[in-house]
Amino acid sequence: MTTFSECSLPSAIFDRLTWTPLLELSAREVFDIMLGTNLRILGSPADAKDGEFTALVGLAGSLCGVLSIRCTNQAARIMAGKMLDMPPEEVDSDSWDALGEIANMIAGNFKGKLSGVGNHCMLSVPTIIVGTDYQSRSITGGNLIEVIFDFEQKPLWVTLELHE
Amino acid sequence: MSQVRALIVDDSSVMRKIVERSLRQAGLDLSSVIEAGNGADALGLLDTHPVDLILSDINMPVMDGLEFVRQIQTVEKLRGIPVVMITTEGSESNVVQALSLGAKGYIRKPFTPDQVKEHVLPVLGL
Repeated sequence: MTTFSECSLPSAIFDRLTWTPLLELSAREVFDIMLGTNLRILGSPADAKDGEFTALVGLAGSLCGVLSIRCTNQAARIMAGKMLDMPPEEVDSDSWDALGEIANMIAGNFKGKLSGVGNHCMLSVPTIIVGTDYQSRSITGGNLIEVIFDFEQKPLWVTLELHE
Repeated sequence: MSQVRALIVDDSSVMRKIVERSLRQAGLDLSSVIEAGNGADALGLLDTHPVDLILSDINMPVMDGLEFVRQIQTVEKLRGIPVVMITTEGSESNVVQALSLGAKGYIRKPFTPDQVKEHVLPVLGL
């Protein structure tokens, strides 16, 4: 059985030009189908401090790395509210759960769009980080795609970091 | 349409609620819905809670959905319960593996209520 520490399978060739629109499309489809929301690309750079909720999903196999999404507490509540069809102010810890599940679906949707990759790539269960006072150090070698969306007038970062 | 007892297995409580809502939107008359966060807990519930339909994620801690389906097939009283996988792990190899282990259907996340209807009703003979 392949473990998440193994990356011995044939690796997909990182292709930022092709993969960036696929990552955008993957996120848009998840928000459209599961939340009934149209995501737009944010026109201007966002302040990284506007994102105290982060959900991480690990990828292993033909794609090795991490997909993360980051947003504000309020945005996470709105997402959970839309998924559960309830007012955001009534959402409790479901906002963490919803964010993790959204990250999971974007990662799964993305890998499914890469021809021949999906069969050889596994996803981890999501991890949620709360707070902005942390640093992450990537060992992925610098292959990074980041898309910043406007979700309900709040920034939403979708980031894919991959091993070379 | 007769009443259906459903078991929903997913490590996400949000997704369990969405799946239940989708089943109701599909027109199923659910007399009871029980939930579990992984395959092991689901097997424990099935000891005492008979169900007519199981919907299960694949990627879960403790016991994943594929092992869960495998275990179900080893228990005579559970073997006939239709299992539909609902998962982000929608690669062809996972679909083939799940179906070969005994799953009756496969829905990829993200999904619409119509997709749930399309895949679930036939396995119930509806």
